[in-house]
Amino acid sequence: MSRNLILGAALSSLILAAALISFVWTPYDFAAMNIPEKLQTPNARHWFGTDHFGRDMFSMIMVGARTSIAVALVAVGIGMGLGVPLGLAAAARKGSWLDEVIMRGNDLVFAFPSLVIAILITAVYGAGAINAIIAIGIFNIPVFARITRGAALSLWEREFIMAARVAGKSDARISVEHILPNVVNLLIVQGTIQFSLGILAEAGLSYVGLGAQPPTPSWGRMLADAQTMVSFAPHLALIPGLAIIVTVLGLNLMGDGLRDWLDPRIRAARA
Amino acid sequence: MLRYSLKRLASLIVSLAVASLVIFSVVEVAPGDPARFMLGINAQPDTVAALRAELGLDVPKWQRYLDWVGGMATGDFGTSYTYRTPVAQMVADRLWVSLPLALYALMLSTLIAFPAGIFAAARRGRPADAAVMGVTQLGIAIPNFWFAMMLVLIFAIKLRLFGAGGFAGWDKGAWAAMKSLTLPAVALALPQAAILARVMRSALLDVLGEDYMRTARAKGLSRRQALWRHGVRNALIPVLTIIGLQFSFLLAGSIIIEQVFYLPGLGRLVFQAISSRDLIVVESVVMLLVFAVIVVNFLVDLAYAAVDPRLRSRT
Repeated sequence: MSRNLILGAALSSLILAAALISFVWTPYDFAAMNIPEKLQTPNARHWFGTDHFGRDMFSMIMVGARTSIAVALVAVGIGMGLGVPLGLAAAARKGSWLDEVIMRGNDLVFAFPSLVIAILITAVYGAGAINAIIAIGIFNIPVFARITRGAALSLWEREFIMAARVAGKSDARISVEHILPNVVNLLIVQGTIQFSLGILAEAGLSYVGLGAQPPTPSWGRMLADAQTMVSFAPHLALIPGLAIIVTVLGLNLMGDGLRDWLDPRIRAARA
Repeated sequence: MLRYSLKRLASLIVSLAVASLVIFSVVEVAPGDPARFMLGINAQPDTVAALRAELGLDVPKWQRYLDWVGGMATGDFGTSYTYRTPVAQMVADRLWVSLPLALYALMLSTLIAFPAGIFAAARRGRPADAAVMGVTQLGIAIPNFWFAMMLVLIFAIKLRLFGAGGFAGWDKGAWAAMKSLTLPAVALALPQAAILARVMRSALLDVLGEDYMRTARAKGLSRRQALWRHGVRNALIPVLTIIGLQFSFLLAGSIIIEQVFYLPGLGRLVFQAISSRDLIVVESVVMLLVFAVIVVNFLVDLAYAAVDPRLRSRT
């Protein structure tokens, strides 16, 4: 395992642990206001300080991790759940009208600036975590469809697939039993990358007020709240920003590391 | 080349048609009638009906769609429900902020990424390469709006070199206008530059393994000469595609960055229009952004085919 993979996994686990622990324990109630203790810089009682309502930033960051992870994870789930079957179907029927329709549809979704449409969807149908998930999820579908199709196409030429055909298996069964297991590595790597992009997109949407709504804490909205106070309380902006960076950096390093680790060719070359 | 161009043009038109249909339906099925929204909940039914007629909301949906698309093709984007001014005029005013911002950012991103990518590729595997890669890894992880806030904190609030937000306006002179776009452009450009530098590096590394690079060295070019004359030129092809794609990220990113800096661009226009249910403005601006992206990608494809004849046979 490379250093990238270890460092990335460590950073990601740190954030994941914070999110999981927040279900059973946070230093303070994340929503409890405590005006006398407002705008404290990080100290022994409040490790990340307090915001303008005296809420404990550490607790808010922990619960915010939950929001970010949940939105990004479900969005990746939507992308994989719909994209992978579409990609498998397109590859199994290569060159047919089905393949053509799926691939043209993909191109079209790619042509939309994703954030613009995410903003459109959340703004028209109301701001909230669910609409943010859908908006981010839609743009994950073509990513997974394309990568699955690409990998599956070369597999269809291989001998073991030919053998399965001779054995009388249907295309659908071959796709699930033989193609899918061989593209899983690729999907895990891409899933990690899309997960990190989802975290960034969620932060952006909630920054402009279109993500999870109060009182659910989210890193993006913490940044929006901090903006007017950045001159006298910079820690309010610094800490949620660093939380986002640590998460995205961790996931990206993990994705890169996993790709190297799971790709036998690169492993062989290194050995 | 002509056949390829026509084929791409046809798919461009289909893309635009489908895109316009999608945008129209997403906005139209949205809950909330604009006329009712403008008049408030206590409005009389006949007043609402009169306003609906005035805004052209009483005709069938398909007819409104055709009018909208037909109008846009001739430069008539309709009239804003809220401001009663032509949408085309509102968009044109805002475009003078958003477009220079996106181009400024694209220029900065390219100016940072090219030297960084070439530098790293030429020192592959050495500490300098690792340092550039580490910095770009970090650059990708930084949300641009957070970076924008940090720029404001450092350069506007602490050092007082720039304004913290707002737009000077082009009538105050190009210098003042560019100055108020500088921090937003830097904030937009940095994450994009990080991605582009990585693409530049890997494209160059691919090219460096080619036979013609060895030939170039064999005929007596120095490493540096071979890198610049043959390497960089050939690596540009994948890099161009990414630059085309980045245009769409920059447009989308500028919507959020405009919120950070209170810039009167297209992004702020969209947000204002959404909150006042000015649907025609929302539709037109989003369509314009999608149009820009689709056309830029089309031009990149054509540029590609012009440079590399092998691509023309594939579709």
